[in-house]
Amino acid sequence: MNKEIALMMQGITKYFGSVAANKNVDLTVYKGEILAILGENGCGKTTLMNMIAGIYYPDEGKIFVDGEEANIRSPKDAFVYRIGMIHQHFKLVDVFSASENIVLGVDDGKKYSIKDVNNRVLEISERYGFHIDPKKKIHEMSVSEKQTVEIIKVLYRGADILILDEPTAVLTPQETARLFDILRRMRDDGKSILIITHKLHEVLSLSDRVAILRKGEHVATVNTAETNESELTEMMVGKKVQLNIQRSMPQNPRVRLSVSDMNAVNEEGVKVLDSISFDAYSGEILGIAGIAGSGQRELLEAIAGLQHLESGKILYQNPKNGEEVNLRDKTPLQIRDLGVRLSFVPEDRLGMGLVGNMNITDNMMLRSYRRGHSMFVDRARPKKLAEDIIHSLAVVTPGLNTPVRRLSGGNVQKVLVGREISTSPTVLMAAYPVRGLDINSSYTIYNLLNKQKENGTAVIFVGEDLDVLLELCDRIMVICAGKITGVVEGRRTTKEELGVLMTRANAAPYENRPAYPLTDDVPQCVESVAEPPVKDFPDAMNRVLMRIKKRGEPQ
Amino acid sequence: MSNEIKKTHEPLFHVAKRDSLSPLKGLLIRVIAIVVAILLCSILTFFLIGTKNPFSLISTLVDGSFGSELRIWRFAKDLAVMLCISLAVTPAFRMKFWNIGAEGQVLIGTLASISCAFYIGDAVPNGVLLVIMFFASVVAGAVWGLIPAVFKALWNTNETLFTLMMNYVATYLVAFALIKWTPDGSSTLGIVEHGHLPEIFHPYLLLIVIVGALTLGIYIYLYHSKQGYEISVVGESQKTACYIGINVKKVVIRTMVVSGAICGVMGFLYASALDHTITTATVGGLGFTAIMVSWLAKFNPFIMIATSALIVFLNQGSSQMSTAFNISSAFPNVIVGIILFFIIGCEFFINYRIKFRKSKGDAEK
Amino acid sequence: MNVINFLLSAISLGTTFIYGSTGEILTEKAGHLNLGIPGVMCVGGASGCVALSLMYKTGMPPVLILMIAVLATFLGGALMGLIYSFLTVTLHANQNVTGLAMTTFGVGLMKYMMSGLKPIRYLYAVDYFRFPFADMKNSLQYCGVMMLLGFAIAIATSIVLSRTRLGLHLRAVGENPATADAVGINVTAYKYGATCIGSGIAGIGGIFYMLTYSGSQEAYLSVEALGWLAIALVIFTLWKPYLTIFGASLFGTLFVAGSFIPSLGITLDMSATPLLKMLPYIVTVVVLVVTSIRNRGTNQPPASLGTNYFREER
Repeated sequence: MNKEIALMMQGITKYFGSVAANKNVDLTVYKGEILAILGENGCGKTTLMNMIAGIYYPDEGKIFVDGEEANIRSPKDAFVYRIGMIHQHFKLVDVFSASENIVLGVDDGKKYSIKDVNNRVLEISERYGFHIDPKKKIHEMSVSEKQTVEIIKVLYRGADILILDEPTAVLTPQETARLFDILRRMRDDGKSILIITHKLHEVLSLSDRVAILRKGEHVATVNTAETNESELTEMMVGKKVQLNIQRSMPQNPRVRLSVSDMNAVNEEGVKVLDSISFDAYSGEILGIAGIAGSGQRELLEAIAGLQHLESGKILYQNPKNGEEVNLRDKTPLQIRDLGVRLSFVPEDRLGMGLVGNMNITDNMMLRSYRRGHSMFVDRARPKKLAEDIIHSLAVVTPGLNTPVRRLSGGNVQKVLVGREISTSPTVLMAAYPVRGLDINSSYTIYNLLNKQKENGTAVIFVGEDLDVLLELCDRIMVICAGKITGVVEGRRTTKEELGVLMTRANAAPYENRPAYPLTDDVPQCVESVAEPPVKDFPDAMNRVLMRIKKRGEPQ
Repeated sequence: MSNEIKKTHEPLFHVAKRDSLSPLKGLLIRVIAIVVAILLCSILTFFLIGTKNPFSLISTLVDGSFGSELRIWRFAKDLAVMLCISLAVTPAFRMKFWNIGAEGQVLIGTLASISCAFYIGDAVPNGVLLVIMFFASVVAGAVWGLIPAVFKALWNTNETLFTLMMNYVATYLVAFALIKWTPDGSSTLGIVEHGHLPEIFHPYLLLIVIVGALTLGIYIYLYHSKQGYEISVVGESQKTACYIGINVKKVVIRTMVVSGAICGVMGFLYASALDHTITTATVGGLGFTAIMVSWLAKFNPFIMIATSALIVFLNQGSSQMSTAFNISSAFPNVIVGIILFFIIGCEFFINYRIKFRKSKGDAEK
Repeated sequence: MNVINFLLSAISLGTTFIYGSTGEILTEKAGHLNLGIPGVMCVGGASGCVALSLMYKTGMPPVLILMIAVLATFLGGALMGLIYSFLTVTLHANQNVTGLAMTTFGVGLMKYMMSGLKPIRYLYAVDYFRFPFADMKNSLQYCGVMMLLGFAIAIATSIVLSRTRLGLHLRAVGENPATADAVGINVTAYKYGATCIGSGIAGIGGIFYMLTYSGSQEAYLSVEALGWLAIALVIFTLWKPYLTIFGASLFGTLFVAGSFIPSLGITLDMSATPLLKMLPYIVTVVVLVVTSIRNRGTNQPPASLGTNYFREER
């Protein structure tokens, strides 16, 4: 290859505490190419890029720009080297306009005039085909508009090396296609583009070369034209992985939760849930797919009693006595007092599900501390539960007194899911339960969810990885901009179908009932009690199962 | 933008967050900070005041707190008062409610007690009067805490400024009462004859015992009661609190009532065991110092005994200094301020570590 | 005439708040809630007095004395700001606790410094601080060129914040320091700069009150209380420096109402004085409550107010 080298990294190492985020990474970037940085969650892609962009400073190693050693200590230094990064979480000031954000930090020696900036922004937009109103405030913008602002911001500074951190995660396919066109145009302009992603098809369709990172180390850099999807996956995860999630047919499904015409608005008055109606059945996993921020959070929080609804009903069928109660606008406490055993694994584990600064025992108490009439808390039982969960789910922790925020992501999630399952729920909702988890922890979570399903729990699973949704869920409900755009059978649908539904503007008619046999009219007493296979199931959870059986719950 | 790239050196060091630090090391860092601060103050006083030698500050400090039996008792009394107010602000702080109104809450408590003694002191027996005074103080303190809490809970009104303003309202209420009570226009109320707590062995002993019991009580409340647990959860994360069904508004209001009530207890003690009178400066800024005492102790009641002791030691010692060398009585505040800066600053070295870069690693090729 | 006198003295007292609040707004725009402002104003005032006493009977021209005194005041305040910035910006200390310690320290330091000064050695400058043409009979005697300076500073600060690159960058630092950092703004420098300049401005409020408005030797004892009100006023003015001119005048009005009502021919019981003095605090509370009820969503404080920024926070 006789291309000019734009940037070179040698032996880059970065530690966070005692954890190595990057170990001895070498990387070369040429001018006029698109280099994809591929790797699983938490493999150090973003950290590595942040070191080029001056957010972090490497503990060891050197960076060369245009053949000269560069000492990039701050983002400002990065700009001097004509490096610009578009972060995954946009770094924009909400109360500023697009232009104010774009010009922020630029000191070109000229007198500051927002009018001149507006004109420059329009100029750049025209050249690359962006659509933007320079005076619009950021907090009034859609996600893709914000991303546009970020890209113009970098171009405004004349960057030659652009780093994009998972730019398509928040975009619709149409927006993605438009972005890719723009990126190709920039490459043809001679700019170097580094794009962080873990979506293989994007890598293959867009990039010239691919650098693969695994557990902080650089595995290889290959030419895109000479590789394929399975080779990349293999390098990425280290071994060929098929999901192979065990999925059984739902046993005796009956309606457990019946949601009708649910509507909600957020603080800004924007409609976040729009006429949502669906049923969740016992003994099935109902997946919820959609682009991030389509209303998934609000949907789950509405059921959990944390989101006010403008209208609608959330009817819960109590399996014990067949009674029906409306959960709408009830507080979590009222829901519990109605005898509804609802468990909820929220997306924000340390911010909502757990208290980061408390130890495992105290986190176990979150759900149960009210037990008993005593004024004082009983820590003996939560401690026992904590020990059980640590033991049965193989939680790695220095001890019971370690604050949970110091555990790794997978262990945090095990603690949270373990606690939520320990109350033997009849409805279990989990939002992105495997986000940021390594493969082993992810499978632990899939197994736990499957066991719950086999125990007759109605499981609602909000996911982002379509492969997981397809292999785990019995039915998948797709939402887009707060509306249900379809409910499909997990065994029959395809990724393409889901992709189409995820970006469809208007709701289409869909079947609310599953295709597999239902037992609506079968009297409760004749329900067969299926014995779940409990071979690999942890002890604590087995005890939970036993407890459920003793109470004569439907399986 | 210039393309000229400065030849910069690698930064000498960079700062990273610590995972954890052993409690012993943490203590060591704090002790070093205090020692350095005291040494600095010694030198400062040596030059400013012209003490005989640079170390006379230290000997005066020790002398001021422990120089005689009287001073030891006074030290213990001040410690008890400081501790009591610090304990009072602690429940709210654990909830991250920045109540800087302890000053006013204590003062209004004292006012309530003194009013009772002033108006009905003649009419009822001392025992009954004391009970009435106690409840009046507790209720007054609780109300003073309740008002900002209600607005915080309902409309998220800034509690720091609200409680601050309540201090002044309390101060002027006291000024108003003093004008009403002193027909001679002096605004100085003498010792109120009624409603004195009995003296047991020593005038200050009962106070110290009460505060000791309070310390234990608050510890148990915060660490072992359900309400204490709720306070911790609300303080750590309101989202988590909502998620598990804690009524955050209720907890905020209840906790501030508790905080205010304990302030009220201190107000009662001022009236019944210490001053037996009231001025606008009865609390003397301790409400603010208590915030720092509580924060330095990481909101733990037992550690608070040590931090209160430290502050009282510094205060007493440096007032001794101001009498000994005939300088302004405000001097202690300067000394305490400087030492506080050091203690506040040293937290940095507990939470972060500074990593010096290895000198140019030519060998690392 | 009474009404004009009344307003003049109200505005003059209010100018103390203009300085204090404008300084605090600058600091808060950088994301730092400085509860040490009362201490800063005290130290500022005391530094000015020390400077004046050094120039006592040196025969320097009054204008020069005035300028040097104001400069010393500014530096005294800025030095306090430097301590605060070092602790909160560099050492990431808790802002509330640091602020309170600053106030303890500042008030103590001022009283200590003032106790060492003979009042005559600084009070002579009252004549320089006030308009030379002022008549002892009316409230013009409480006014001086420093009032105009206060107005000018408030307006200039507003313009800098909203119309210049400097202001844009500062607002970005207070709203979202990570963003500002990412675009190469030196967050630390802005925080230090805003806090130190803000504290310097607030410090001038101290000397203004002591020598222009009050001119008495006990004046320094009230500076702390005025400092707290200046912090409250920031909320009242919705973080807009030019609005402090109106807010401060209102607060000033309430403060001087007590002493002016009798001159209108209304006789007041002596016990009414403390109640009248309570009024500004109650009004602040009402304003606090009203703005918190009314202004949900808009006119909010800088988004990062009260939190320290650490780049490598994970």
